[in-house]
Amino acid sequence: MHPEIIVIGAGTVGAAIAYGLARRQHRVLVLDGDDRDHRAARANFGLVWLQGKGQNMPAYQQLSRRSVDMWSGFASKLTDLTGLDLQYEQNGGLAFCLGEDAFEKRRSDLQRLHNQLGGAEADWRMLDRAELARLLPKVRLGPDVAGASFGERDGHANPLQLLAALHSGILRLGGELRRNAAVRQIVPSEAGFTVACGNETVSAPRVLIAAGLGSQALARQVGLEIPLRPQRGQILVTERLEPLLPLPTSGLRQTREGTVMIGATHEETGFDSSATAAAAADLSRRTLRIVPSLAEAKLVRQWAGLRIMTPDGCPVYAQSQKHRGAFVALCHSGVTLAALHATVLADAIAAGQLPDSLDIFHQSRFDVPKAA
Amino acid sequence: MFRKLHEPAEAVTVYVEGKPVVAEPGENLAAVLLRQEAIWSRPTPVKGSRRAPYCMIGVCFDCLARVDGVASVQTCMMPVRDGMTVEHQQRRRCLPS
Repeated sequence: MHPEIIVIGAGTVGAAIAYGLARRQHRVLVLDGDDRDHRAARANFGLVWLQGKGQNMPAYQQLSRRSVDMWSGFASKLTDLTGLDLQYEQNGGLAFCLGEDAFEKRRSDLQRLHNQLGGAEADWRMLDRAELARLLPKVRLGPDVAGASFGERDGHANPLQLLAALHSGILRLGGELRRNAAVRQIVPSEAGFTVACGNETVSAPRVLIAAGLGSQALARQVGLEIPLRPQRGQILVTERLEPLLPLPTSGLRQTREGTVMIGATHEETGFDSSATAAAAADLSRRTLRIVPSLAEAKLVRQWAGLRIMTPDGCPVYAQSQKHRGAFVALCHSGVTLAALHATVLADAIAAGQLPDSLDIFHQSRFDVPKAA
Repeated sequence: MFRKLHEPAEAVTVYVEGKPVVAEPGENLAAVLLRQEAIWSRPTPVKGSRRAPYCMIGVCFDCLARVDGVASVQTCMMPVRDGMTVEHQQRRRCLPS
Protein backbone atom coordinates (compact mmCIF):
# COMPACT_ATOMS: atom_id res chain seq x y z
CA MET A 1 0.00 0.00 0.00
CA HIS A 2 1.16 3.53 -0.77
CA PRO A 3 -0.48 5.47 2.00
CA GLU A 4 -1.71 9.01 1.50
CA ILE A 5 -1.31 9.62 5.18
CA ILE A 6 0.63 7.98 7.97
CA VAL A 7 -0.96 8.26 11.41
CA ILE A 8 1.56 7.81 14.22
CA GLY A 9 -0.30 6.45 17.23
CA ALA A 10 -3.25 4.07 17.41
CA GLY A 11 -4.64 5.29 20.71
CA THR A 12 -8.10 6.79 20.89
CA VAL A 13 -7.02 10.04 19.21
CA GLY A 14 -4.97 8.60 16.34
CA ALA A 15 -7.41 5.76 15.76
CA ALA A 16 -10.44 8.08 15.63
CA ILE A 17 -8.83 10.37 13.07
CA ALA A 18 -7.52 7.42 11.05
CA TYR A 19 -10.97 5.85 11.09
CA GLY A 20 -12.45 9.13 9.84
CA LEU A 21 -9.86 9.32 7.06
CA ALA A 22 -10.56 5.72 6.05
CA ARG A 23 -14.28 6.54 5.96
CA ARG A 24 -13.44 9.30 3.51
CA GLN A 25 -11.67 6.77 1.26
CA HIS A 26 -8.19 7.92 2.13
CA ARG A 27 -5.43 5.33 2.16
CA VAL A 28 -4.28 5.43 5.73
CA LEU A 29 -1.44 3.60 7.46
CA VAL A 30 -1.56 3.61 11.26
CA LEU A 31 1.61 2.87 13.20
CA ASP A 32 1.05 1.73 16.77
CA GLY A 33 3.74 1.74 19.45
CA ASP A 34 5.05 -0.99 21.67
CA ASP A 35 3.13 -2.87 24.33
CA ARG A 36 5.14 -1.21 27.06
CA ASP A 37 4.46 2.33 25.89
CA HIS A 38 2.27 4.52 28.05
CA ARG A 39 -1.22 3.97 26.81
CA ALA A 40 -3.74 6.46 28.09
CA ALA A 41 -6.37 4.90 25.82
CA ARG A 42 -6.29 1.73 27.89
CA ALA A 43 -6.48 3.42 31.28
CA ASN A 44 -9.38 5.71 30.47
CA PHE A 45 -12.38 6.23 32.75
CA GLY A 46 -14.88 6.37 29.89
CA LEU A 47 -16.76 9.62 30.33
CA VAL A 48 -18.16 11.46 27.34
CA TRP A 49 -18.25 14.69 29.23
CA LEU A 50 -19.10 18.32 28.75
CA GLN A 51 -20.02 20.11 31.98
CA GLY A 52 -17.34 22.36 33.38
CA LYS A 53 -14.87 21.90 30.54
CA GLY A 54 -13.04 24.94 29.25
CA GLN A 55 -13.13 27.13 32.34
CA ASN A 56 -9.89 28.71 31.16
CA MET A 57 -10.74 28.48 27.46
CA PRO A 58 -14.43 28.61 26.50
CA ALA A 59 -13.54 27.48 22.97
CA TYR A 60 -12.70 24.12 24.49
CA GLN A 61 -16.23 23.89 25.90
CA GLN A 62 -17.61 24.66 22.43
CA LEU A 63 -15.33 22.10 20.82
CA SER A 64 -16.39 19.42 23.32
CA ARG A 65 -20.02 20.36 22.78
CA ARG A 66 -19.67 19.79 19.03
CA SER A 67 -18.22 16.38 19.67
CA VAL A 68 -20.77 15.37 22.30
CA ASP A 69 -23.58 16.37 19.94
CA MET A 70 -22.13 14.07 17.28
CA TRP A 71 -21.34 11.16 19.60
CA SER A 72 -24.56 9.24 19.23
CA GLY A 73 -24.40 9.21 15.42
CA PHE A 74 -20.69 8.45 15.54
CA ALA A 75 -21.26 5.49 17.86
CA SER A 76 -24.08 3.98 15.85
CA LYS A 77 -22.13 4.24 12.57
CA LEU A 78 -19.16 2.57 14.18
CA THR A 79 -21.34 -0.17 15.64
CA ASP A 80 -23.05 -0.75 12.27
CA LEU A 81 -19.65 -1.18 10.67
CA THR A 82 -17.96 -3.34 13.31
CA GLY A 83 -20.73 -5.03 15.27
CA LEU A 84 -19.14 -3.79 18.49
CA ASP A 85 -21.35 -2.11 21.07
CA LEU A 86 -19.69 0.98 22.56
CA GLN A 87 -22.20 0.96 25.45
CA TYR A 88 -22.75 4.66 24.96
CA GLU A 89 -25.40 6.21 27.20
CA GLN A 90 -26.30 9.86 27.36
CA ASN A 91 -28.62 10.24 30.31
CA GLY A 92 -26.81 13.25 31.71
CA GLY A 93 -24.03 13.31 34.27
CA LEU A 94 -23.43 14.54 37.79
CA ALA A 95 -20.62 16.22 39.67
CA PHE A 96 -21.19 15.78 43.40
CA CYS A 97 -20.56 18.67 45.78
CA LEU A 98 -19.43 17.87 49.30
CA GLY A 99 -20.52 20.73 51.56
CA GLU A 100 -22.43 23.93 50.85
CA ASP A 101 -19.27 25.85 49.99
CA ALA A 102 -18.34 23.37 47.28
CA PHE A 103 -21.92 23.53 45.99
CA GLU A 104 -21.83 27.34 45.71
CA LYS A 105 -18.37 27.28 44.16
CA ARG A 106 -19.51 24.77 41.54
CA ARG A 107 -22.51 26.94 40.75
CA SER A 108 -20.41 30.07 40.33
CA ASP A 109 -17.74 28.28 38.26
CA LEU A 110 -20.33 26.91 35.85
CA GLN A 111 -22.17 30.25 35.76
CA ARG A 112 -18.95 32.10 34.90
CA LEU A 113 -18.23 29.68 32.08
CA HIS A 114 -21.80 30.01 30.90
CA ASN A 115 -21.55 33.82 30.87
CA GLN A 116 -18.30 33.66 28.90
CA LEU A 117 -20.03 31.57 26.26
CA GLY A 118 -22.76 34.18 25.98
CA GLY A 119 -26.35 33.64 25.07
CA ALA A 120 -26.58 29.90 24.76
CA GLU A 121 -29.31 28.16 26.69
CA ALA A 122 -27.92 26.42 29.76
CA ASP A 123 -27.56 22.66 29.40
CA TRP A 124 -26.74 22.25 33.09
CA ARG A 125 -28.36 22.99 36.41
CA MET A 126 -27.61 22.66 40.09
CA LEU A 127 -29.55 19.98 41.95
CA ASP A 128 -30.03 20.30 45.68
CA ARG A 129 -29.79 17.25 47.88
CA ALA A 130 -33.49 16.37 47.60
CA GLU A 131 -33.52 16.61 43.79
CA LEU A 132 -30.34 14.57 43.64
CA ALA A 133 -31.83 11.87 45.87
CA ARG A 134 -34.83 11.59 43.52
CA LEU A 135 -32.49 11.07 40.58
CA LEU A 136 -30.60 8.31 42.44
CA PRO A 137 -33.33 6.27 44.15
CA LYS A 138 -31.03 3.36 44.96
CA VAL A 139 -28.35 5.47 46.60
CA ARG A 140 -28.39 6.61 50.19
CA LEU A 141 -26.28 9.76 49.98
CA GLY A 142 -23.66 10.50 52.59
CA PRO A 143 -24.46 13.34 55.00
CA ASP A 144 -21.88 15.71 53.46
CA VAL A 145 -23.44 15.69 50.00
CA ALA A 146 -24.96 19.14 49.48
CA GLY A 147 -26.05 18.45 45.93
CA ALA A 148 -24.58 18.14 42.48
CA SER A 149 -24.33 19.86 39.16
CA PHE A 150 -26.23 18.04 36.42
CA GLY A 151 -25.07 18.27 32.82
CA GLU A 152 -27.77 17.09 30.47
CA ARG A 153 -25.41 16.30 27.58
CA ASP A 154 -23.00 14.23 29.65
CA GLY A 155 -22.71 10.50 29.23
CA HIS A 156 -20.34 7.56 29.23
CA ALA A 157 -19.11 4.73 27.06
CA ASN A 158 -16.83 1.73 27.28
CA PRO A 159 -13.44 3.15 26.26
CA LEU A 160 -11.91 -0.24 25.47
CA GLN A 161 -14.81 -1.15 23.20
CA LEU A 162 -14.40 2.24 21.54
CA LEU A 163 -10.72 1.60 20.89
CA ALA A 164 -11.35 -1.92 19.61
CA ALA A 165 -14.13 -0.68 17.33
CA LEU A 166 -11.96 2.09 15.88
CA HIS A 167 -9.19 -0.39 15.11
CA SER A 168 -11.68 -2.80 13.57
CA GLY A 169 -13.27 0.03 11.60
CA ILE A 170 -9.94 1.16 10.16
CA LEU A 171 -9.23 -2.36 8.93
CA ARG A 172 -12.71 -2.92 7.54
CA LEU A 173 -12.46 0.32 5.57
CA GLY A 174 -9.21 -0.79 3.95
CA GLY A 175 -6.77 1.00 6.22
CA GLU A 176 -3.65 -0.66 7.55
CA LEU A 177 -2.69 -0.92 11.19
CA ARG A 178 0.79 -2.05 12.23
CA ARG A 179 1.43 -2.97 15.83
CA ASN A 180 4.79 -2.84 17.59
CA ALA A 181 5.80 -0.20 15.10
CA ALA A 182 7.10 2.57 17.34
CA VAL A 183 8.35 5.44 15.22
CA ARG A 184 11.93 6.56 15.76
CA GLN A 185 12.29 9.26 13.20
CA ILE A 186 10.37 11.45 10.78
CA VAL A 187 12.34 12.90 7.89
CA PRO A 188 10.65 15.63 5.84
CA SER A 189 11.40 15.40 2.13
CA GLU A 190 10.26 16.93 -1.16
CA ALA A 191 7.55 14.33 -1.60
CA GLY A 192 6.33 14.41 1.96
CA PHE A 193 7.66 12.45 4.90
CA THR A 194 9.69 9.32 5.43
CA VAL A 195 9.01 7.62 8.72
CA ALA A 196 11.38 5.09 10.31
CA CYS A 197 9.83 2.37 12.42
CA GLY A 198 11.39 -0.95 13.34
CA ASN A 199 13.74 -2.00 10.56
CA GLU A 200 11.87 -0.26 7.80
CA THR A 201 10.78 3.07 6.47
CA VAL A 202 7.45 4.16 5.05
CA SER A 203 6.62 7.31 3.16
CA ALA A 204 3.55 9.43 2.57
CA PRO A 205 2.70 12.97 1.54
CA ARG A 206 1.13 13.61 4.95
CA VAL A 207 1.81 12.57 8.48
CA LEU A 208 -0.26 12.97 11.64
CA ILE A 209 1.44 12.73 15.01
CA ALA A 210 -1.04 11.46 17.61
CA ALA A 211 1.38 9.57 19.79
CA GLY A 212 0.29 10.85 23.16
CA LEU A 213 3.20 11.57 25.46
CA GLY A 214 5.58 10.33 22.77
CA SER A 215 4.49 13.17 20.51
CA GLN A 216 6.80 15.84 21.85
CA ALA A 217 9.98 14.26 20.50
CA LEU A 218 8.35 13.44 17.16
CA ALA A 219 6.76 16.85 16.67
CA ARG A 220 10.13 18.51 17.20
CA GLN A 221 11.39 16.68 14.09
CA VAL A 222 8.82 18.50 11.98
CA GLY A 223 9.46 21.88 13.58
CA LEU A 224 6.72 21.93 16.23
CA GLU A 225 7.68 22.51 19.85
CA ILE A 226 4.88 21.30 22.12
CA PRO A 227 5.04 21.58 25.89
CA LEU A 228 3.61 18.39 27.33
CA ARG A 229 3.68 16.56 30.62
CA PRO A 230 2.28 13.34 32.03
CA GLN A 231 -0.32 13.57 34.79
CA ARG A 232 -1.09 10.38 36.63
CA GLY A 233 -4.66 9.30 37.19
CA GLN A 234 -5.56 6.25 39.25
CA ILE A 235 -8.81 4.32 39.08
CA LEU A 236 -10.38 1.73 41.36
CA VAL A 237 -12.89 -0.86 40.19
CA THR A 238 -15.41 -2.74 42.31
CA GLU A 239 -16.89 -6.16 41.79
CA ARG A 240 -20.05 -6.30 39.68
CA LEU A 241 -23.09 -4.95 41.47
CA GLU A 242 -26.79 -4.67 40.77
CA PRO A 243 -27.59 -1.36 39.02
CA LEU A 244 -27.02 1.41 41.53
CA LEU A 245 -26.01 4.49 39.54
CA PRO A 246 -28.37 5.25 36.63
CA LEU A 247 -26.05 7.93 35.29
CA PRO A 248 -22.34 8.64 35.46
CA THR A 249 -20.76 11.15 37.78
CA SER A 250 -17.42 12.87 37.48
CA GLY A 251 -15.79 10.37 39.83
CA LEU A 252 -18.07 7.32 39.79
CA ARG A 253 -19.64 5.41 36.99
CA GLN A 254 -21.26 2.03 36.87
CA THR A 255 -20.57 0.04 33.74
CA ARG A 256 -23.22 -1.97 31.98
CA GLU A 257 -21.76 -5.18 33.41
CA GLY A 258 -22.15 -3.76 36.91
CA THR A 259 -18.68 -2.76 38.08
CA VAL A 260 -18.39 0.66 39.66
CA MET A 261 -15.38 2.62 38.48
CA ILE A 262 -13.99 5.09 40.99
CA GLY A 263 -11.73 7.83 39.76
CA ALA A 264 -9.52 9.56 39.47
CA THR A 265 -6.46 11.14 40.96
CA HIS A 266 -4.52 14.05 39.44
CA GLU A 267 -0.88 13.52 40.34
CA GLU A 268 2.25 15.23 39.10
CA THR A 269 4.57 12.26 39.38
CA GLY A 270 6.30 12.35 36.02
CA PHE A 271 6.43 9.13 34.04
CA ASP A 272 5.87 6.92 37.09
CA SER A 273 2.73 4.96 36.27
CA SER A 274 2.56 2.82 39.41
CA ALA A 275 -0.65 2.40 41.35
CA THR A 276 -0.38 3.40 45.01
CA ALA A 277 -2.07 2.44 48.26
CA ALA A 278 -2.31 6.11 49.21
CA ALA A 279 -4.41 6.85 46.13
CA ALA A 280 -6.64 3.84 46.82
CA ALA A 281 -7.25 5.15 50.31
CA ASP A 282 -7.98 8.71 49.15
CA LEU A 283 -10.34 7.62 46.39
CA SER A 284 -12.14 5.23 48.74
CA ARG A 285 -12.52 7.86 51.44
CA ARG A 286 -14.01 10.41 49.07
CA THR A 287 -16.33 7.83 47.54
CA LEU A 288 -17.64 6.68 50.91
CA ARG A 289 -18.52 10.28 51.81
CA ILE A 290 -20.78 10.25 48.75
CA VAL A 291 -22.12 6.67 48.67
CA PRO A 292 -21.46 5.05 52.08
CA SER A 293 -22.93 1.69 51.07
CA LEU A 294 -20.04 1.14 48.66
CA ALA A 295 -18.04 0.22 51.77
CA GLU A 296 -19.66 -3.22 51.34
CA ALA A 297 -18.36 -3.66 47.80
CA LYS A 298 -15.12 -5.45 47.10
CA LEU A 299 -12.47 -3.68 45.08
CA VAL A 300 -11.16 -6.00 42.40
CA ARG A 301 -8.75 -3.83 40.46
CA GLN A 302 -6.73 -0.66 40.53
CA TRP A 303 -4.65 0.90 37.82
CA ALA A 304 -2.84 4.07 36.90
CA GLY A 305 -2.61 5.85 33.58
CA LEU A 306 -0.80 8.95 32.40
CA ARG A 307 -2.85 11.81 31.01
CA ILE A 308 -1.42 13.77 28.13
CA MET A 309 -1.41 17.27 29.59
CA THR A 310 -0.65 20.54 27.87
CA PRO A 311 0.06 23.60 30.07
CA ASP A 312 -3.60 24.74 29.89
CA GLY A 313 -5.10 21.24 29.77
CA CYS A 314 -6.72 21.95 26.39
CA PRO A 315 -6.04 20.09 23.14
CA VAL A 316 -3.36 20.92 20.60
CA TYR A 317 -4.20 20.75 16.91
CA ALA A 318 -1.52 22.13 14.64
CA GLN A 319 0.07 21.89 11.23
CA SER A 320 3.76 22.58 10.90
CA GLN A 321 4.46 25.89 9.13
CA LYS A 322 7.90 24.71 8.16
CA HIS A 323 6.85 21.29 6.88
CA ARG A 324 3.34 21.52 5.48
CA GLY A 325 1.52 18.24 5.62
CA ALA A 326 2.75 17.38 9.12
CA PHE A 327 0.00 17.60 11.70
CA VAL A 328 -0.23 17.07 15.44
CA ALA A 329 -3.35 16.16 17.43
CA LEU A 330 -3.08 15.79 21.20
CA CYS A 331 -5.51 15.92 24.07
CA HIS A 332 -6.41 14.15 27.28
CA SER A 333 -10.09 13.77 26.35
CA GLY A 334 -9.80 11.38 23.46
CA VAL A 335 -13.09 9.66 24.26
CA THR A 336 -15.24 12.80 24.45
CA LEU A 337 -13.56 14.25 21.36
CA ALA A 338 -13.57 11.02 19.33
CA ALA A 339 -16.66 11.99 17.33
CA LEU A 340 -15.11 15.32 16.39
CA HIS A 341 -11.77 13.73 15.58
CA ALA A 342 -13.40 11.21 13.25
CA THR A 343 -15.18 13.96 11.31
CA VAL A 344 -13.93 17.54 11.62
CA LEU A 345 -10.27 16.64 12.16
CA ALA A 346 -10.31 13.91 9.52
CA ASP A 347 -11.85 16.35 7.02
CA ALA A 348 -9.27 19.01 7.84
CA ILE A 349 -6.30 16.70 7.52
CA ALA A 350 -7.70 15.28 4.30
CA ALA A 351 -8.02 18.85 2.99
CA GLY A 352 -4.48 19.70 4.15
CA GLN A 353 -5.68 22.66 6.15
CA LEU A 354 -7.00 23.00 9.68
CA PRO A 355 -10.13 25.18 9.84
CA ASP A 356 -9.92 28.67 11.36
CA SER A 357 -12.17 27.49 14.17
CA LEU A 358 -9.27 25.38 15.44
CA ASP A 359 -6.68 28.22 15.33
CA ILE A 360 -7.05 28.77 19.04
CA PHE A 361 -5.81 25.23 19.66
CA HIS A 362 -2.51 25.77 17.87
CA GLN A 363 0.42 25.19 20.18
CA SER A 364 1.77 28.67 19.37
CA ARG A 365 -0.46 29.83 22.23
CA PHE A 366 2.27 28.55 24.55
CA ASP A 367 5.03 30.54 22.82
CA VAL A 368 4.41 33.74 24.83
CA PRO A 369 7.74 34.55 26.54
CA LYS A 370 7.58 34.20 30.29
CA ALA A 371 7.77 37.46 32.25
CA ALA A 372 10.95 37.76 34.26
CA MET B 1 -17.71 -35.86 43.36
CA PHE B 2 -14.78 -35.19 45.69
CA ARG B 3 -14.30 -36.92 49.01
CA LYS B 4 -11.72 -36.70 51.77
CA LEU B 5 -8.84 -39.19 51.64
CA HIS B 6 -8.65 -39.60 55.39
CA GLU B 7 -11.07 -39.62 58.27
CA PRO B 8 -10.40 -36.46 60.28
CA ALA B 9 -9.71 -37.07 63.96
CA GLU B 10 -11.75 -34.02 64.90
CA ALA B 11 -14.77 -32.54 63.17
CA VAL B 12 -16.57 -29.21 63.08
CA THR B 13 -19.91 -28.34 61.55
CA VAL B 14 -20.41 -25.68 58.90
CA TYR B 15 -23.77 -24.80 57.35
CA VAL B 16 -23.93 -24.76 53.56
CA GLU B 17 -27.22 -23.23 52.44
CA GLY B 18 -28.49 -24.03 55.92
CA LYS B 19 -27.55 -27.71 55.76
CA PRO B 20 -25.09 -28.97 58.41
CA VAL B 21 -21.94 -30.37 56.85
CA VAL B 22 -18.98 -32.06 58.54
CA ALA B 23 -15.53 -30.54 58.01
CA GLU B 24 -12.06 -30.81 59.43
CA PRO B 25 -10.98 -27.92 61.66
CA GLY B 26 -8.89 -25.41 59.69
CA GLU B 27 -9.47 -27.01 56.31
CA ASN B 28 -10.01 -24.95 53.19
CA LEU B 29 -13.65 -23.88 52.98
CA ALA B 30 -13.74 -24.22 49.18
CA ALA B 31 -12.68 -27.86 49.60
CA VAL B 32 -15.74 -28.38 51.76
CA LEU B 33 -17.93 -26.89 49.02
CA LEU B 34 -16.38 -29.26 46.47
CA ARG B 35 -17.61 -32.23 48.51
CA GLN B 36 -21.23 -31.12 48.28
CA GLU B 37 -23.73 -32.52 45.84
CA ALA B 38 -24.43 -29.08 44.37
CA ILE B 39 -20.77 -28.54 43.60
CA TRP B 40 -21.16 -25.13 42.02
CA SER B 41 -20.73 -22.12 44.25
CA ARG B 42 -22.22 -19.26 42.26
CA PRO B 43 -23.67 -18.10 38.94
CA THR B 44 -21.56 -15.47 37.18
CA PRO B 45 -22.80 -11.88 37.47
CA VAL B 46 -23.39 -11.15 33.77
CA LYS B 47 -24.23 -14.39 31.97
CA GLY B 48 -25.36 -16.41 34.96
CA SER B 49 -23.34 -19.51 34.13
CA ARG B 50 -22.40 -21.70 37.08
CA ARG B 51 -18.95 -21.63 38.65
CA ALA B 52 -17.30 -23.92 41.17
CA PRO B 53 -14.09 -23.51 43.18
CA TYR B 54 -11.28 -23.90 40.67
CA CYS B 55 -7.78 -22.60 41.37
CA MET B 56 -7.90 -23.10 45.17
CA ILE B 57 -5.11 -20.53 45.62
CA GLY B 58 -6.93 -17.18 45.58
CA VAL B 59 -6.42 -16.34 41.94
CA CYS B 60 -9.52 -17.19 39.90
CA PHE B 61 -12.33 -15.75 42.07
CA ASP B 62 -14.68 -18.52 40.97
CA CYS B 63 -15.31 -19.73 44.53
CA LEU B 64 -16.96 -16.55 45.83
CA ALA B 65 -19.72 -17.09 48.33
CA ARG B 66 -21.42 -15.32 51.19
CA VAL B 67 -19.68 -16.42 54.40
CA ASP B 68 -21.15 -15.50 57.77
CA GLY B 69 -23.17 -12.81 56.02
CA VAL B 70 -20.20 -11.25 54.17
CA ALA B 71 -20.57 -11.42 50.41
CA SER B 72 -17.92 -12.15 47.77
CA VAL B 73 -15.59 -13.99 50.10
CA GLN B 74 -12.96 -16.13 48.40
CA THR B 75 -13.80 -19.40 50.12
CA CYS B 76 -10.51 -20.98 49.05
CA MET B 77 -8.69 -18.45 51.22
CA MET B 78 -10.85 -19.13 54.23
CA PRO B 79 -10.08 -21.78 56.86
CA VAL B 80 -13.12 -23.56 58.26
CA ARG B 81 -14.38 -22.65 61.71
CA ASP B 82 -17.09 -24.38 63.69
CA GLY B 83 -20.53 -22.94 63.01
CA MET B 84 -19.59 -21.06 59.84
CA THR B 85 -22.46 -20.33 57.43
CA VAL B 86 -21.99 -20.39 53.67
CA GLU B 87 -24.58 -19.27 51.14
CA HIS B 88 -24.48 -19.26 47.36
CA GLN B 89 -24.25 -15.84 45.88
CA GLN B 90 -26.83 -15.01 43.24
CA ARG B 91 -25.54 -13.07 40.24
CA ARG B 92 -24.71 -9.44 40.89
CA ARG B 93 -24.69 -8.25 44.42
CA CYS B 94 -27.13 -5.75 45.78
CA LEU B 95 -25.65 -3.31 48.28
CA PRO B 96 -27.65 -2.64 51.45
CA SER B 97 -29.41 0.71 51.11
